[in-house]
Amino acid sequence: MLSRKATFNSHGQDSEYFLGWEEYEKNAYHEVDNPSGIIQMGLAENQLSFDLLESWLAQNPDAAGFKRDGESIFRELALFQDYHGLPAFKKALVEFMSEIRGNKVSFDQNKLVLTAGATSANETLMFCLANSGEAFLLPTPYYPGFDRDLKWRTGVEIVPIQCSSSNGFQITESALEEAYQQAQKRNLKVKGVLITNPSNPLGTTTSRDELNLLVNFITAKGIHLISDEIYSGTVFDSPGFVSIMEVLMDRNYMNTEVWKRVHIVYSLSKDLGLPGFRVGAIYSNDVAVVSAATKMSSFGLVSSQTQYLLSVMLSDKKFTKNYVSENQKRLKQRHQMLISGLQNAGIDCLKSNAGLFCWVDMRHLLSSNTFEAEMELWKKILYDVRLNISPGSSCHCTEPGWFRVCFANMSEDTLNLALQRIKAFVDSLSTTNNNQSRHQSNKNQRRKSFTKWVFRLSFRDREASER
Amino acid sequence: MLSRKARLDAHGEDSSYFLGWKEYEKNAYDDVQNPTGIIQMGLAENQLSFDLLESWLASNQDAARLTRNGESVFRELALFQDYHGLPDFKNELVEFMAEIRGNKVNFDPRKLVLMAGATSANETLTFCIAESGDAFLLPTPYYPGFDRDLKWRTGVEIVPIHCSSSNGFKVTKCALEEAYQQAHKLSLNVKGVLITNPSNPLGTTMGRDELNDLIGFAVAKKIHIISDEIYSGTVFDHPSFISIMEALMDRKLQDTDLWSRVHIVYSLSKDLGLPGFRVGMIYSNNETVVSAATKMSSFGLISSQTQYLLSKILSDKKFTRNYMKENRKRLKTRRDMIVAALRDAGIGCLKSNAGLFCWVDMRHLLSSNTFDAEMELWKKILREAGLNISPGASCHCSEPGWFRICFANMSEDTLNLSMQRIKALVGRIQQCRRGRVTHQDSGCNSRRRSFSKWVLNLCSYDREPDR
Repeated sequence: MLSRKATFNSHGQDSEYFLGWEEYEKNAYHEVDNPSGIIQMGLAENQLSFDLLESWLAQNPDAAGFKRDGESIFRELALFQDYHGLPAFKKALVEFMSEIRGNKVSFDQNKLVLTAGATSANETLMFCLANSGEAFLLPTPYYPGFDRDLKWRTGVEIVPIQCSSSNGFQITESALEEAYQQAQKRNLKVKGVLITNPSNPLGTTTSRDELNLLVNFITAKGIHLISDEIYSGTVFDSPGFVSIMEVLMDRNYMNTEVWKRVHIVYSLSKDLGLPGFRVGAIYSNDVAVVSAATKMSSFGLVSSQTQYLLSVMLSDKKFTKNYVSENQKRLKQRHQMLISGLQNAGIDCLKSNAGLFCWVDMRHLLSSNTFEAEMELWKKILYDVRLNISPGSSCHCTEPGWFRVCFANMSEDTLNLALQRIKAFVDSLSTTNNNQSRHQSNKNQRRKSFTKWVFRLSFRDREASER
Repeated sequence: MLSRKARLDAHGEDSSYFLGWKEYEKNAYDDVQNPTGIIQMGLAENQLSFDLLESWLASNQDAARLTRNGESVFRELALFQDYHGLPDFKNELVEFMAEIRGNKVNFDPRKLVLMAGATSANETLTFCIAESGDAFLLPTPYYPGFDRDLKWRTGVEIVPIHCSSSNGFKVTKCALEEAYQQAHKLSLNVKGVLITNPSNPLGTTMGRDELNDLIGFAVAKKIHIISDEIYSGTVFDHPSFISIMEALMDRKLQDTDLWSRVHIVYSLSKDLGLPGFRVGMIYSNNETVVSAATKMSSFGLISSQTQYLLSKILSDKKFTRNYMKENRKRLKTRRDMIVAALRDAGIGCLKSNAGLFCWVDMRHLLSSNTFDAEMELWKKILREAGLNISPGASCHCSEPGWFRICFANMSEDTLNLSMQRIKALVGRIQQCRRGRVTHQDSGCNSRRRSFSKWVLNLCSYDREPDR
């Protein structure tokens, strides 16, 4: 009656990532109406800098009011459906992207394709680069939405590049090679690698060494590299952000075959906190990809009303410079709040410098080193502690016990409350442990040294490979 | 290196439909800057009633400025990316759709799925209903964009239901059956019929008999019906519009299997003249389709900024009622203008009651009854008369000599100028022929005269099927 796509669960929405959302919706925290409700910490939204945007809007009413230099351009915008995009917007967007990269790279607006969100951009790139049944390699852990965005309607497969906590989840040559071999075993033709840089859920920027490894790998295999740089504007700490384009330029790869096989995805959903406006983009040096993606963007164009508003906003360079710097400051503060609060509860995070979340190590709280135990812990945290966080298994992490916890989508007070709840929960666990018989004390000793090791992990220098 | 979809021409954009656009872009008419340029008559846009929208906007600045009762709703909208859509907007849309249908049908907002334009809605429905390699039957002539929207990324095929001028291009039982058999011959599994009602490019609404034949066919073959009702608000003359839903209800088919196999596509691009805002939707009685399409809408959500603005416009019932009435009046005036002017040039049109275009009969101007001759005539009209119109072949018409000419996307003066140019061209063509005919048998002349009479009679061909 209907297609398999419509009836099967390949949209991926039965994973816990989404079940936690559903629980939250039934019992959402509200500081007045429902103070014991579930606090949403599974949503990677940036709610910290709306005041800056609102104040800009108040000072620039024409931009939202369809006016240019006092004249109405409503008609022009209402009719504008050219899939090449509003030129003024594309110009402002590539300049903004360049600014985020410290102007070490410049972008050509003719190589930019606008799409309704990064969700649309990623799927479109799949349609352009791979046939149904072919595969992309993705480092784990990765954003759960990719299972839907890259695979569902395209028929493309994902083969994981297994990353491990032993080196801070960095991508290694051997992990890349192993993934490639695994794909071969499954008779899957590998078309490329997709990385998210900065990483979701890790919150770390990909190092120059890793990027060089990737360039070597795709050169050797003759495949594509997609770099989803949706969080590039959220880098709040050193090391700074290194874009794949910068690495290619440093290696003098411009106008080579490899140059044409590297594509960037971007969006304003995280950096500017505007997911509702559906603004995404594909940037590619391959004219054929730009051409095909442009036509495909018909299936998800950005509203001209929104393109115009944002073209005016992003053209205000004074505003964007201040916004990016202030936003990064606020993200850094929040990040610090979260990691201190967690440390205070004996919980560590992967050292991170970007993103809207932390990658939190709760392995020491697992009843066993298994994903069942992770699920058990996640449910306790959801139902008893009343926090919705994302379990590592939903991000395809190979090691149980890691969780993504968001910090930028609630007020400071709410974050503090969440941290109090976590501390109370961890304390109650120790109390429970203390009440057990004394022959458990050996176990405790082992746990303490495990905990010490975990503490050391958070300070592990992710620059290791660069020293 | 790239996918087949990216490399092949399955996007359909090399067809003449798009080539004319490209010529126009190189040499566009402007009444001051380029008075001898090409007049665009191939674009089905509604530019007649912007003054009404602009005046509403001027009196309701909150809606565009993202404030509600003076308070900013910016933050709320910036974060709103729920694929269930803005509830207020969906509530208004279903009421608006009901009003267009004279309130003879009611719609449930929970069965409505918002998408970035009808382009996205049609592709999404295809993904939900059919597998790659399945087929949809479409009556010819049809909107050229369907070749891309329904087939390109989905892998679904279109098999034409051939309609002929002998009965005003109405869909007949026999044509339906023939198309079905043809699909079988091609080893294609037919999943449904897609109709555009009112029709593009015909500009006519489907009669009750046609709809009933279609329903009978869909019941017998157990297939879907997709009714693209994007032009439903442009019906300016009798007979009045009958939605597929109304036809089903009149036959009391609400509790049958067919009810859950009928889906409507709608958009605000034609009725409200807002193609740039990307507002489309799917309406379905089938829960699974609604559920799957809702998730798929992630690939093309409507900007929340736009959803908010339009929810405000549509909630002003006094405005929408007046707008629809006035808009229809203006469309009718334009249609009457173009039909009269064409008649004056000895050219007849299919009698129409809707849409933004006429289906024009230029068979008598062909040098031979072939598509090559049609292409030759189209090029003459493009290059000598400087008008970009759409040749029937691009709409898959089975008879050469028919053209779609748009009348609502230019000023009255421009329309008048275009008609003068056509008249002049026709005069030149006929003079050329007379020059040749002088040496021929005069029987030719009398055949031409009676042919012309027949053409003039066609103008007033009554499309009322229930004679």
